[in-house]
This record gives sequence, C-alpha cells and structure tokens, in this order.
Amino acid sequence: MMRFATLCTKELLRFFKVSVQTVAAPVLTALLYLVIFGHALEGRLQVYDGVRYTSFLVPGLVMMSVLQNAFANSSSSLIQSKITGNIVFVLLAPISYVEFFAAYVLAALVRGIVVGAGVLVVTVWFVELRLEAPIWVLAFALLGAALLGALGLIAGVLSDKIDQLAAFQNFVIMPLTFLSGVFYSIHSLPPFVPRLSHDNPFVYMVDGFRYGFFGVSDFPPLASLAIVAGSLLVVSLLNLGLLKAGYKLRS
Amino acid sequence: MRALAGVSLAVGEGEFFGLLGPNGAGKTTLINVIAGLVRPDSGRACVMGADVAREYRRARRLLGVVPQELVFDPFFTVRETLRLQAGYYGLRRNDSWIDEVMHHLDLTAKADANMRSLSGGMKRRVLVAQALVHKPPVIVLDEPTAGVDVELRQGLWQFVRRLNRDGHSIVLTTHYLEEAEAHCQRIAMLKDGRIAALDTTRNLLGSFSGLELRLHLDRDALPAGLPGEVLGADGTQFRLRLANPADLEAALARLRESGVTIREMEVHPPDLEEVFLRLTGRPS
Repeated sequence: MMRFATLCTKELLRFFKVSVQTVAAPVLTALLYLVIFGHALEGRLQVYDGVRYTSFLVPGLVMMSVLQNAFANSSSSLIQSKITGNIVFVLLAPISYVEFFAAYVLAALVRGIVVGAGVLVVTVWFVELRLEAPIWVLAFALLGAALLGALGLIAGVLSDKIDQLAAFQNFVIMPLTFLSGVFYSIHSLPPFVPRLSHDNPFVYMVDGFRYGFFGVSDFPPLASLAIVAGSLLVVSLLNLGLLKAGYKLRS
Repeated sequence: MRALAGVSLAVGEGEFFGLLGPNGAGKTTLINVIAGLVRPDSGRACVMGADVAREYRRARRLLGVVPQELVFDPFFTVRETLRLQAGYYGLRRNDSWIDEVMHHLDLTAKADANMRSLSGGMKRRVLVAQALVHKPPVIVLDEPTAGVDVELRQGLWQFVRRLNRDGHSIVLTTHYLEEAEAHCQRIAMLKDGRIAALDTTRNLLGSFSGLELRLHLDRDALPAGLPGEVLGADGTQFRLRLANPADLEAALARLRESGVTIREMEVHPPDLEEVFLRLTGRPS
C-alpha cells in the first residue's frame, strides 16, 4: 500500500508543482471555448428544449477537460520518465504492475477531476446550470477520467518518442473528444454522423455526464454507463497485460 | 544478438566484487538482469537466494543499484527524491537514515535544492543515496565514477569501503582498472558476453607476474645476452618484459658487464590493465 501511495503521491506532486501549466491553462482554454462558441452559436443551435446553448455547452467543456487532462497526465508523465530514464527508479523498486497501473490511473483521475472542477467553477458564473442528478455527474466524471488515464498509460507505454505520443493525442484523442457532442447534440447533426458517433465511447461519457445536469440525454444514461464501464474494463485489462509483460519498460 | 552467454558466477556475502570488460562485453546487461530491468531468455539470477523474477519483491528489497546513466526527476528536490525512493520500497518515515546518507555523501547542504540545479557530481551522489535509502545488503555500482572529479571519487570510495566494512556486498563495474585493483577482492572479466577470467585480484595479478623494465642507456643498442623480451626501442630508450622479478638482477649484471651506463631506469610491476588487455585480446 505504501509503495502504491508513494508512486501516486509522486504523480500528484508532479502536476501540482506545475499547476499553472497543468490546471490553470486548461481551465482558461475551456473558458475561451465557452466565450467564443457561446457568443457565436447562442440562439443559432437548438439543443434540448428549454436549455440555452451556453448552458448546454458547459457540462461538455467540463467533461472534455476531465478526459483530455486525465489522458495528458498519465501519458506525458510516463513518456517523460522513459525518455529521461528516471523510470528506472520505479522499475528497480518492488512495485507490482498492479500498483504501477493503479497509481498512474488514480493520479490521472485526480488531475482530470481537479481541472474539470476548475472549469465548472469558472464557467458556472456565466450560465444558468441545473444539477438534476449529481450522482450521474460524479459517476461519469470518475469513470471517464479513469478510462482516459488508463488510455494515457497505454499510449505512454507504447510510445518511444514525444512525437509518437503527440500523434496519438492529436489523431485519436482530440478527434474523439471533439466529435463526442461537447459542442452539439448528436441528434442535431446530419443523419450519418450520429451513426458514426455510436462507435465513439467518448459520446457516451459526455452524454451521460450532461444527463446529470439536465435530466435529458441522447442515449439512456444507464446504457452509457455500462458502455463506459465496459470500455474501462477492457482498457484496464489491456494495460495490465502490457505492464505485466514489461512491454517497452523491461527489455 | 546474444548479450550474455553461459555466465555463471556467485558473489559472496560481504565481498567487494569487480565486473570488468570492454564496452559491449555485457557488464550492464548482467547488472540489469540482476536488477530485473532485463528479462533473460534463459537462466536465472538470485539476490541472497531470492530469484529476481519469481521473488522479485524480496530480491529488489535486498538490492540497491546505482545506474550508469546520470538520471534524475527534475520535479523534485534532493530530499523529496530520497523520500519518494524510500516510499517505493515501502518505507514510511526513515528521515534519520536519509539524513545520515546525505551527510556521508556531503549532500546535506543541497537537501532542499531542486535536482535540476545540481552539478553532475552532485547528481551522481544523489544516485548513490537513492540506491541506499532502503539499506540494501547488496549494492551494485555501475560505473559510479564515470565523469566524476577526483575529490568526489575519493569521497565516494571512502563511503563505499565503509559500507563494505559494515557488511554490505559490493558489485562494481568500472572502466578505471586501478579502482578495481584497489578495492575488489575478486574480479570477473567479461568479453563478448562470456566470462574471460574469474579469480581473486591477487591471483589475476599473480598470473601475469612479469615485470616491465624501461631503460634509458648511453647507447642505441642493447648488449647481447640480456634476459627477457624486447617490447620496444626508441633511440637509446628500451622496453623489456622480464618473465619474473629474479631476472631483474641478471639483466642489471649483464648491463654492468657490458660497460653500459644506465641514465634512467623504471621498473613496472604487473597491473590489472595488462591482465585486462591480454585477456580481452586487445593490443597492449
């Protein structure tokens, strides 16, 4: 337990020590999205009945921040440790692959939640926001952050160089988050897009998270929760397999 | 490519053991196998009876490794680095030992300095301290003095010798053969992933018992009938290898008989470098 707690503490300290970059910057980015998209699209885009576009936008931005920052934390920490070589201090210690996995994912989850909370605190002043079912908000935020933290760990394990990780981030994570319904309701898109969206697990995270605020969603929240939990299970098992084998960590 | 083949050796408890060999001989690979950083295709390694794969937790607790590369985490101070490292080994409050290690490695003044701000020598000391935070009975030093100034090198050896006297087993790889000669009780020489020699330092040096005699004479030719083998000549300067120390008196007597005047003379006993070069097949 002490080994896991220490590794997790190290990961938490790593991002708290540079919190301007890891927390304040993404909060500012989300605020800019709200100002620009809210101003440009308010009144032009019909989402849910009785819900203004800027109000609709805020939960999406919060969840996008949670997901992107959870991914960034585990992936960038691991790739930096691999490139600088200081991962050796963890690999030399009697830390099991399960402890390793849990510590990285928990720290990523905390960063995702901290940034998401920051975005919510900053943006909530500009909009009217209901909170119909907080338990759903919490469940999707936690599961989504854990899923992206675990995905970030896989990306960190597989990547040998920063540009490989950047490619994963720019060509996989970024499109999936932007096409997840953060800025629009899936049902307001041309017919083929919702069909594509059904294969994007990020859609269910954003939609379920938003359900907690407004009590309405594009998909049944329980089904979304099952899909997100199932994805987390699959990604975690894949992760544990890679870490147990020492893939790209122990030659 | 096969990095190690058929390497089989045991280091005794409390021993100061040297692992020598040219670049690419397999020294670091062998250490990485023991540390669990490299998984061998076949064979096994144990630390005080603990298999590094099957009983990895126990094996790693028994082992402290100072890596060859000067690696550090730029987010933390020296003290934070050492506390985290102790935590990785499941140790909660061991600040008194951390303070003691920092004191012996002359790091106390830098305890709250960020790792980024330290010189290369200081970072090397922190690496040693990190390997010792969990008080391992076996300490592996992989090229610990590479790129380190003379003062730190001496301080480091004093500390390592003290650890050895206190009962820690030390395994050392180094390119500085005089360091191995000065500190190691036994030495394994690796070449192409195999053991080329494994013996006590004394026996290794004894197996090459010849002397090298360097002469500066008053003429440019050696008298006939000198014992030994001429290794080189440059004008009035000569290098001879004598098979054993008794030949030295015979050589000097022969020079005197021939009326040759010796302007300068040096006698070089065998050193580990000569043994190393001969065993690894490199020209001396």
